[in-house]
Amino acid sequence: MTARTKIVVIGATSLIAEHCCRLWVQRGPVDLVLVARDAPRTERIATDLRVRGPGSTVEVMTADFTDAKDVARVADVTTAASPVDVVLIAHGFLPEQKLNEDIEFCRDTLVINAVSPALFAEAFAGHFAKANRGTIAIIGSVAGDRGRKVNYTYGASKGLLSRYAEGLDHRFAGTGVSVVLLKPGPTDTPMAAGHKAKGRKLASAEDVAHTIVRGIDAKKFVVYAPPFWQFIMLIVRHLPRFVFNRLNI
Amino acid sequence: MRPVSSWGRLSALPHEVVELADRVAEALAGQKPGIAYGAGRSYGDECLNPGGVLWSTSLLDRLIAFDAANGRLVCEAGVLLRDVQRLMIPRGWSLPVVPGTQMATVGGAIANDVHGKNHHDSGTFGDHVRSLQLVRTDGETITCGPEERPDWYAATTGGLGLTGVIAQAELQLRPSPGPWLEAEIIAYAGLDDFFRLSEESTPEWEHTVSWIDCTSGTDARGLFMRAKPTDRSGGRLPRTGTDKGTRAMPFTPPFSLVNRLTLRALNALYYAVNKRRGGRHIVHYEPFLYPLDAIQQWNRLYGPRGFYQYQCVVPPGPGPQAVREMLDAIQRSGEGSILAVLKTFGDRPARGLLSFVQPGVTLALDFQNRPGALRLFERLDTIVRGAGGRLYPAKDARMSRDMFEAGYPRLPEFLPYRDPGISSAMSRRLMGS
Repeated sequence: MTARTKIVVIGATSLIAEHCCRLWVQRGPVDLVLVARDAPRTERIATDLRVRGPGSTVEVMTADFTDAKDVARVADVTTAASPVDVVLIAHGFLPEQKLNEDIEFCRDTLVINAVSPALFAEAFAGHFAKANRGTIAIIGSVAGDRGRKVNYTYGASKGLLSRYAEGLDHRFAGTGVSVVLLKPGPTDTPMAAGHKAKGRKLASAEDVAHTIVRGIDAKKFVVYAPPFWQFIMLIVRHLPRFVFNRLNI
Repeated sequence: MRPVSSWGRLSALPHEVVELADRVAEALAGQKPGIAYGAGRSYGDECLNPGGVLWSTSLLDRLIAFDAANGRLVCEAGVLLRDVQRLMIPRGWSLPVVPGTQMATVGGAIANDVHGKNHHDSGTFGDHVRSLQLVRTDGETITCGPEERPDWYAATTGGLGLTGVIAQAELQLRPSPGPWLEAEIIAYAGLDDFFRLSEESTPEWEHTVSWIDCTSGTDARGLFMRAKPTDRSGGRLPRTGTDKGTRAMPFTPPFSLVNRLTLRALNALYYAVNKRRGGRHIVHYEPFLYPLDAIQQWNRLYGPRGFYQYQCVVPPGPGPQAVREMLDAIQRSGEGSILAVLKTFGDRPARGLLSFVQPGVTLALDFQNRPGALRLFERLDTIVRGAGGRLYPAKDARMSRDMFEAGYPRLPEFLPYRDPGISSAMSRRLMGS
């Protein structure tokens, strides 16, 4: 008999993360730890997951995501009782680039979207290295593949996560630890309300979650969600600068 | 502001969409009049409010409690019927009443007091709601049910979303032997044959419905389909864990693929293919109960101008004659679709003041959006009215206020329960505000 899967979700109130959790509890009993800032919202999600998966356990934990000590505490506490199989690092927000004129807002964007998830990844990496097991799954973005004028602060944050994931993947090559970098395209979440107002076609959070859960199962290093984005971004990444800079994308 | 359509895709006008999440009462307070928008599966203007506010319930999709001992489920109003079925059937429980699509929400199912193929057996959706939570735009939350404040419950069941925003509900599920149905398809010729099959199929068969070739006129050839739950297995379960693999209409064609040129051929083809499949089979509940969900976004089939659905119910006495007259009028008009449904309802009266279902026979047909269809509807209205019938608001985008008042005599009782902060394109059309 194999032990139950234990999954820690950082940023559990993210809609994509919530849909991943639904898929996990629906396919069989798992032990989930939901980590978020807003306790009442997280409790409501936990209640829903307990009804969906009565055989699963769902714990809620709150933390200050920008405090390095608290990040370390989350990794210590969640790995202390039993080994963690997967940590899904899902938090982030999509700011309006024009608000960057406020330099403090710009800093917050970088701290929440880049520094904080990287610290979580590093904190769990230490525990996973000792145990020689575990999957670090980080939600990046297609926006991290190339800086664009419309959202380069967000893009650069997600780009940092790509480099961080690459480094971790290199570090853990040949060990029992795996790294999965998930790159969703624009998704129908409250975060992307601006995209929706412009009438863009967005992937559903549920479909993106299916792709993410499959990617984590397969321990594939880079997973685009929906998968067609890998072809689009292949082109975007390789456009020569003199062409790229003329495009209004 | 962003463009929003209902299922009929007759318009895509801008709306101010507000996502309801954790604090519903706060979100409703102090806003311009709006209307709740669930999965957008009603066909006409019931869920629309062009230029105004829509309260989207898509994030209000959490389950709150389930008691496995007695099958009672408490959930938020934006939960899809599909999610309830997929979670609960493996645990031995199912929704007692489901409409022809499972992509509708619990809130929408209550607000339209929807029916299924088992009306004679199980009544309407509202018959299985133990209680619901209604949030009014003045901040008041009303909990009501068959026992608690039953007047609010009767107004809200089938109340077109106009009495408040339904935030959550407690549903009574029923024990389910599993996902399999024993189903039988029987070809019929003539309405007498249809009514005879309907009669003899109750009470043995829980689900009955029929497809009818709307180009066949009073000869009315069709396929009668009936099913009942079974604990026998039909083999491998279809893949339901993911929607990958279900087919979708990938784009909107520049014109309706169902049109005067293709109508006869499509109906003949559907009849021939399904007649060959006749006889008894064990089938999974999804394709039988929700045939429309087999192709996601099938509503694009009718092209950029969208389509109407005409669904009426006429009482048992004048029913057969009225159906004959309607089929005759439809055949002569040359309008119609391959999606035509004829079904009898049981004698159980619905609970809602504005519930659509009443004893009798219901006819439902899609029509591409053309001037000819609108002229035909006028003729059909006369027949329905003459027979003492009514139209289904969930499907409607065009009936007159007069027709609505004639079909729904309890409207004056309903009006005092309306929330003055709620208004939809439909409420303005049918109730003047």
